[in-house]
Amino acid sequence: MDVDTIAAISTPIGEGAIAIVRLSGNEAIKIAGQLFHGTDLNKVESHTIHYGKIVDPVTNEVAEEVMVTVMRGPKTFTREDVVEINCHGGLASVNRLLELSLSQGARLAEPGEFTKRAFLNGRIDLSQAEAVMDLIRAKTDKAMNVALKQMDGKLSKLVQTLRQQLLETVAHVEVNIDYPEYDDVEEMSHEMLITKTKEVYVEIERLLQMAKQGKILREGLATAIIGRPNVGKSSLLNALVQETKAIVTDIPGTTRDVIEEYVNIRGIPLRLVDTAGIRETEDIVERIGVERSRQVLKEADLILLVLNNGEELTEEDIKLFQAVDGLEVIVIVNKTDLEQRIDIQRVKEYAKGHKVITTALIEEKGINDLETAIAETFFAGHLDAGDLSYVSNVRHIQLLKQSLDALTEAMNGMEAGVPIDLVQIDVTRAWELLGEIIGDTVHDSLIDQLFSQFCLGK
Amino acid sequence: MTYDAGHYDVIVIGAGHAGCEAAFAAARRGAKTLMLSLNLDMIAFMPCNPSIGGPAKGIVVREVDALGGLMGKVIDKTYIQMRMLNTGKGPAVRALRAQADKPLYMQEMKRLLENEENLTLRQAMVEKLIVEDGVCKGVITETKAAYRAESVVITTGTFMRGRVIIGDVSYESGPNNQRASVKLAENLEELGFELVRFKTGTPPRVNNHTIDYSKTEIQPGDENPRHFSYETTEAILDQIPCWLTYTNEFTHKIINDNLGLSAMYSGMIKGTGPRYCPSIEDKIVRFHDKPRHQIFLEPEGRSTEEVYVQGLSTSLPEYVQREILRSIPGLENSEIMRAGYAIEYDSVVPTQLWPTLELKNIPGLFTAGQINGTSGYEEAAGQGLMAGINAASKALGKETVILDRSQAYIGVLIDDLVTKGTNEPYRLLTSRAEYRLLLRHDNADIRLTDIGHEIGLVTEERYQNFLEKKKLIEEEKLRLENITLKPTDQLQEIIEAAGGTALRDALKAADLLKRPEMKYEMIEAVTPSDKELSWEVKEQIEIQIKYEGYISKANQQVDRMKKMENKLIPDDIDYDDISGIATEAKEKLKKVRPLSVGQASRISGVNPADVSILLVYIEQGKIARVSNE
Repeated sequence: MDVDTIAAISTPIGEGAIAIVRLSGNEAIKIAGQLFHGTDLNKVESHTIHYGKIVDPVTNEVAEEVMVTVMRGPKTFTREDVVEINCHGGLASVNRLLELSLSQGARLAEPGEFTKRAFLNGRIDLSQAEAVMDLIRAKTDKAMNVALKQMDGKLSKLVQTLRQQLLETVAHVEVNIDYPEYDDVEEMSHEMLITKTKEVYVEIERLLQMAKQGKILREGLATAIIGRPNVGKSSLLNALVQETKAIVTDIPGTTRDVIEEYVNIRGIPLRLVDTAGIRETEDIVERIGVERSRQVLKEADLILLVLNNGEELTEEDIKLFQAVDGLEVIVIVNKTDLEQRIDIQRVKEYAKGHKVITTALIEEKGINDLETAIAETFFAGHLDAGDLSYVSNVRHIQLLKQSLDALTEAMNGMEAGVPIDLVQIDVTRAWELLGEIIGDTVHDSLIDQLFSQFCLGK
Repeated sequence: MTYDAGHYDVIVIGAGHAGCEAAFAAARRGAKTLMLSLNLDMIAFMPCNPSIGGPAKGIVVREVDALGGLMGKVIDKTYIQMRMLNTGKGPAVRALRAQADKPLYMQEMKRLLENEENLTLRQAMVEKLIVEDGVCKGVITETKAAYRAESVVITTGTFMRGRVIIGDVSYESGPNNQRASVKLAENLEELGFELVRFKTGTPPRVNNHTIDYSKTEIQPGDENPRHFSYETTEAILDQIPCWLTYTNEFTHKIINDNLGLSAMYSGMIKGTGPRYCPSIEDKIVRFHDKPRHQIFLEPEGRSTEEVYVQGLSTSLPEYVQREILRSIPGLENSEIMRAGYAIEYDSVVPTQLWPTLELKNIPGLFTAGQINGTSGYEEAAGQGLMAGINAASKALGKETVILDRSQAYIGVLIDDLVTKGTNEPYRLLTSRAEYRLLLRHDNADIRLTDIGHEIGLVTEERYQNFLEKKKLIEEEKLRLENITLKPTDQLQEIIEAAGGTALRDALKAADLLKRPEMKYEMIEAVTPSDKELSWEVKEQIEIQIKYEGYISKANQQVDRMKKMENKLIPDDIDYDDISGIATEAKEKLKKVRPLSVGQASRISGVNPADVSILLVYIEQGKIARVSNE
């Protein structure tokens, strides 16, 4: 049977307390092991559950705290090795886990594929076979309809354009091969092929970038507000939310829970996460809040670091600057209504080129500047939401990534001086992968292209 | 009344490039074989261009030879020019092409066939098949001879209801004014064959003495010609060049002015022509902004003055052809010896065939070559060989032989035909092969000699030579993978001379060979093998090591494909019984009757969900069978 390893989200899509990503196949345990930090999954006993963290192997960032169940075949649903990764509910985190699994070599399962494998591996008896076939048909039709509906006309057009560019390039190479004496097609050189490939490469990269931005639009820009206690974090939150959710007091440490709130800033949805003030403290409840605040920091797309205009920079402020180094930060110097004690010049040095805004939130001053800064940071001022939302499907993103990989291999080959007809295999692969996005993989179109583009014959 | 003319194991109808290979293969395998041709002077005739090989096609000739067929051997003895094409590209697309001496080629092929044990040649026009209880049992000729046989192979090319068209002149004819085969076509129709009308064409031939070559460019052959056959040892050194000239705006004006007279445009031709081989009028119409087209002048042999005008295939009236020719530099005073013409003919819709080339509905009957909707001598030879092998298998009760897409271009060709069919005359192109890196010119013997030997077409002597070659390759590869080269002055000089960057550390010889600029000879200069290695062996070592990464990637793809290929579909499957499969897919599956799930997945209109359901259904059937037992 199929030996490749498949992965899918096995819990209903939507907000639940937990969600499960399931992997099945020969490499299921290996793939999970590459992501899991904790016990070595390759060595654990079958049918055991393990606590640990999922870490992105590229960035080394912790993606999620999880419980992982390892079940070796044949005593599993599919009779293959199965791994189930239990994570916190919520679309964003479970999608991320799925993406990470796919990046490590799993293939996105087709509709009903777990059941199909279960059947083909003899797990399900004859009476269930009909049901399996109905399931495949129903799920495929539904998935196809959904996929077609999901696929924006713009994406499909763009993918078609890119495919056409690749196809013309490939046809050009093919003509050189099949009609070597045909004189008025220029011989496709490595330089030409690199140029052509690069054009498509850049476009796909842009699409993927959009996918990322599109995700921000859908899920909100995770925004963390940090600062020492009582610098005005809750006031900032309130100013943005325009309603009192967090408790605003003058007593340090009163905002204990992480509160999430969605606000819309100039068309950008911000998922505001207020953290308990980050500082060393003996208080146990307070410390849990701090821990969670730190965790949130790495997850955040945007960090608003609030400082107090009325106090000099403290060690803690500087630690905060260090903690957010390399992340997307806007520095807010609040309480300009108080006498200035802070050294703005030093603040700017620590901000390392990030925007520094001054506000007096209590007097509702500077909020407009802040909103402008947020909008500029993320979309360089030219946001077109229509452009951003169209690559959303995990499958599409995965295929785009794979075609990008194929093009990378092609370009590497060209630079290494590999003969053009070999390099072209990878270009063709990219073309096929793009075709899978729009459901068009008919190989014959290459031959059609060949004869419509060039005048050939004997 | 018919008379009993004898009983054979295999009968081959036709003696073109498919028929010759089919008859030879069947006879060599030990089947008592009869080859019927309506004109024994036309055995292995080339009705169109005087060349064999080229991209993809040349590899087919190598494959035919590796399997023990004839085409490679015969052309190696009779070429007037040999060229290796695509030498500047990768090893997978290098292609050998020969200009043939047409009369000599025919003579040599006839000689080989006449002297083949088990093979009888006879001149006859077959009019009817003997079909009893749905099974083909033999043939009946025009002269009332009834031959009975276990298997019959039809290789009638473009002869079936052939019609030649030149301008407004049209007459019933096979190629080159031979008799068309009409009754057989009608008989096939009666038997329920699905036929389709195709069209092809050929350019005029002119007299060599009337060409002014000073106005053309010379196209010489290779100085050190390579060969198609693994058995060829002697090269033909006195090669004859071809010549290149061009059409021009005057040529194009003549064609445009007379377009209405072309059979292609006047509506006289109903058949579908091949896009890869358009007539000159097609080229002018479809690519009207091109200022000129290439015209190659190719001699048809040493003993003839006829020159083939490649690039000028046409169905315009003869007097227009003369005008066109005379507008072309070098051909101003040319005399036509034969006019170009278009030909329409019946061909069999190839999805009616099993991958063995046996008809699904008439067991015992095989078809091969242009009758199956292909074009090209090489495509015909490849099919003929496989049909002959399988016709003999059938008659002698041996295993059938099917090549898959990863084994040979012949496998790609036949799989395309029987799985997808074709809506124009089919020509092999390198782009049709998804594993072309594996289907190289240089490794045809490694891919196929074992099979050729097993079925009795490759001689023991040649097989032993092949095994020895394989052993040498493996040993030397192993040696290069294990030997470490130190960055000596000598080596650095060699690398520098080749344009590479100097070595910093010692490395394995094989790794050095992987560098694009390195050749086996350079490695050999530093660390020679203690064995005498032929250049073929060296070439294999170099290619296998250099492109190892790409080759192993291709092999992985093949492994994936094979998994689906090994899932066989029971021949008694009832597609109507499978509820989930889409109606269109069902119709296609019923028609093609794929042997494996892999083949099913290549049928257009059968989507992945249908394939999944098919898999489940087959598995269900297996369970049902087990529980019944």
